[in-house]
Amino acid sequence: MSTTTPNRVATKSRRDLKSASRIHRAGVWFRSHLILLIGILVLIYMFLPVFVVMALSFNQPKSRLTYSFDKFTLNNWLHPCAVGDMCNAVGTSLKIGLLSTLISTFIGTLMAFALVRHKFRGRAVTNLLVFLPMASPEVVMGSSLLTLFVAIKFPLGFWTILIAHIMFCISFVVVTVKARLAGLDPRLEQAAMDLYADEWQTFRRITLPLVMPGIVSAALLAFSLSFDDFIVTNFNAGSTVTFPMFVWGAAQRGIPPQVNVIGTAMFLFALTLVVISQLISSRRRRKLA
Amino acid sequence: MKSRRWLPYALLIPGILWLAVFFITPMFNLAATSLYDPTGSLDAGYQMTFHFANYSDALSQYYPQFLRSFTYAGIATVCALLIAYPLAYAIALKSGKWKNFLLVLVIAPFFTSFLVRTLAWTAILGDNSTFIHFLRDIHLLSPGGRILATPIAVITGLTYNFLPFMTLPLYASLEKVDPRLIEASSDLYASAFTGFRKVTVPLSMPGVVAGTLLTFIPASGDYINSTLLGQGARTSMVGNIIDSAFLVRLAYPLAAALSFMLMAIIVVLVVIYVRRAGTEELV
Amino acid sequence: MAQSESLGGDVQLVHLTKEFGTFTAVDDLNLVIPKGSFFALLGPSGCGKTTTLRMVAGLEEPTSGQILIGERDISYERPYRRPVNTVFQSYALFPHLDIFENVAFGLRRRGIKDVKAPVESILSLVELDGYARRMPAQLSGGQQQRVAVARALINKPEVLLLDEPLGALDLKLRRAMQIELKRIQVEVGITFVHVTHDQEEAMTMADTIAVMNAGKVEQMGTPTDLYENPRTTFVANFLGQSNLIAGNVVDRGDDLGVDLYGNRIRVPRSRTSTNSDSLWVGVRPEKINITLAGQPTLGANVISGIVTDASYIGVSTQYLIKTTWGEELMVFEQNLQNSGARPGETVNLSWEPAHTFALDATQDVGAGAGAGEAHS
Repeated sequence: MSTTTPNRVATKSRRDLKSASRIHRAGVWFRSHLILLIGILVLIYMFLPVFVVMALSFNQPKSRLTYSFDKFTLNNWLHPCAVGDMCNAVGTSLKIGLLSTLISTFIGTLMAFALVRHKFRGRAVTNLLVFLPMASPEVVMGSSLLTLFVAIKFPLGFWTILIAHIMFCISFVVVTVKARLAGLDPRLEQAAMDLYADEWQTFRRITLPLVMPGIVSAALLAFSLSFDDFIVTNFNAGSTVTFPMFVWGAAQRGIPPQVNVIGTAMFLFALTLVVISQLISSRRRRKLA
Repeated sequence: MKSRRWLPYALLIPGILWLAVFFITPMFNLAATSLYDPTGSLDAGYQMTFHFANYSDALSQYYPQFLRSFTYAGIATVCALLIAYPLAYAIALKSGKWKNFLLVLVIAPFFTSFLVRTLAWTAILGDNSTFIHFLRDIHLLSPGGRILATPIAVITGLTYNFLPFMTLPLYASLEKVDPRLIEASSDLYASAFTGFRKVTVPLSMPGVVAGTLLTFIPASGDYINSTLLGQGARTSMVGNIIDSAFLVRLAYPLAAALSFMLMAIIVVLVVIYVRRAGTEELV
Repeated sequence: MAQSESLGGDVQLVHLTKEFGTFTAVDDLNLVIPKGSFFALLGPSGCGKTTTLRMVAGLEEPTSGQILIGERDISYERPYRRPVNTVFQSYALFPHLDIFENVAFGLRRRGIKDVKAPVESILSLVELDGYARRMPAQLSGGQQQRVAVARALINKPEVLLLDEPLGALDLKLRRAMQIELKRIQVEVGITFVHVTHDQEEAMTMADTIAVMNAGKVEQMGTPTDLYENPRTTFVANFLGQSNLIAGNVVDRGDDLGVDLYGNRIRVPRSRTSTNSDSLWVGVRPEKINITLAGQPTLGANVISGIVTDASYIGVSTQYLIKTTWGEELMVFEQNLQNSGARPGETVNLSWEPAHTFALDATQDVGAGAGAGEAHS
């Protein structure tokens, strides 16, 4: 029982208290950070295939038909275009991507300005029209375009793919630019006109610079949608081959590891762009602070 | 301040024309094609005979694929919701200064090609992969069991591929929740979980509706996952059938009927869902 | 800064009307704003003062009517053609341009090449030397406000419009800026038109005030005129506080003899704005002297009542007195030599006839009360 001296009792229970409180504190920390931990787990899950793609880009497969890691090699990165047609397909995707981005961003930005800055009849209908492509399954959009092209006997190929891409990119551009434009205080433009800037000067010097971030992110979104599109493209491509179509074909015939090189390269390139833009904007924010 | 009255219309014309010609018109054309006499062909031409039997044929022949598509898409949507909600919650309410960085991480996997990523899943879930061996070792799988080429693989692929579509609307909605409302609820004797259930969840409903729609709709029409991760006829979805009908068998009226029916069913489901969820504004 | 060297003149609003659908925001407004004065448009939210200002700036188009500066009709001219500049309520500084470029904006649009000297000089005037290369987001509210003033003034407009520019500032800063703006106006000599709902601000800064209500001008005059001799119940209640008592004229001599529920008081003719026999007799709470029953009264007009409330608020004590006819009147007594009146005591309220004003009884006695902003 209490044969221990009071001092030794005190030390013992203080030590118990300390470790008990440490456990308790760990429990509290764990519980309050539980959600964050789950979130990070989910992020890891999302990145898993990306890591696999990166690893497989260094793979030298035993045969074209297996798809697991065999031997490490730098060959794929040194000779990315060794596989016939793949680089052509990438080039086609890039060309279509750039053109469809330019055109859809232009058209979509015009529409966004009309929808946000002007009152006109039929606004609700226009909003619905813009929304519909985003809500339609690609199978339906792609197949319906195909029936149209076939009906008017328009040859399938580069131009039909381009037309289709512009079509579904417009909606995303409109929504993105609209969001940015709606947050722009119209009083800034009024102030500019009050200070002797006419409509064109106001647009050029005030509106455009302030909407530009929205236009840029819309363009980036349009490009990635276009480059990565498969279903709509597949229906309307005829004999032209884009990169996703090449991969699809390769999946039946045997996947060359260079496919993963392209995938990794795209990932790294896009990630670099994003990191750079974040650095620029956070450096600008730090200057203001 | 009145600008010229014609300006908004001038700005809208290019976009509206493009969408009218390349989205609306094809839809009508699709509807028309679905009513052609199926005995024609691409070379000989089709007769418009208002052959509604195309629809009943399509349905009776392919109702398993329809059912399978909506089942897979439904399960994938629910899974995506369960996975994405904690992530969106963590980023919106618990991440402090890391918020923008985490958002980038959500979108980043998107940068790798969709198909390349799905192929990566075939490696992860392949019969001889580390993961499958692990599952066999801990007896979650039978010794000869596999995941690849099963419905589970397809659903996994569907869930994974549409996670950003679920996460971002959820995030946008959760971000708008005023944390002081949660404080108020705990001041009024609600536990943390009750506060979540009765305050946060209802307020995040617009995001839930948008996210589930943006996931379910494309997922039900997808056929990439079922081709790459599934096994032919056992896991074929409507998308597979439409693809082969148009591009392989060239059976245009039937294919058009399938496609249009998919669209119609989705529209009906969406309208019912949105009505019940009570959100009018989606865009 | 040179005196206003423009050829412009008074600002005239002639039958100016603005309708938004079925709602009339500005109703047949007629106003002359003297050149070089500090003019305030005062009124509660929704009275049309901001709409009027925006029409002068060119940011709203009048439904009908005219706006003239001197001889020049600018009613339908685009804002960038008018010799008018605005200081916005939210400052509207261009977030992507630094202070220098913000201030130089108007000069550059007019094709002026050498902007460095004028920009630096105007920044000195508003006491922001050295801030030229900062961004708007780095500045405090008060500093942003001064940039907004500088950005407008540098263009030497004929008229400077200010749309509640001090609304977002805290009390002390607002007071400092009120004095500052007044100083600048006197130094620069340009016509300032200041829109506000804060009656103390208007009375502090303006040479002339126009009180607006529901799209119309209730009364226009100097702060003293408006405060001491209001012509409508709205003005009486909106500026400061008034006691308004129903009365009837019983004799007309040099003064008017008015009966207030059996009490006889006098109102000078000059302080009556109506010929009717039914009046609202008005007297401001601070003009009334409160004395205990039996003590000598301090003014020819006397009524009596019982104290129902006495609130000590430092500078003064505010009393509520229930009169013999049941109405509750307010009295403010400066805490110099207090009457010592306490709730429940009978007191006499007395005031000089010269401090009385009389209004037509057909006016709404509640107009402007409650709609007016709190005394800051």
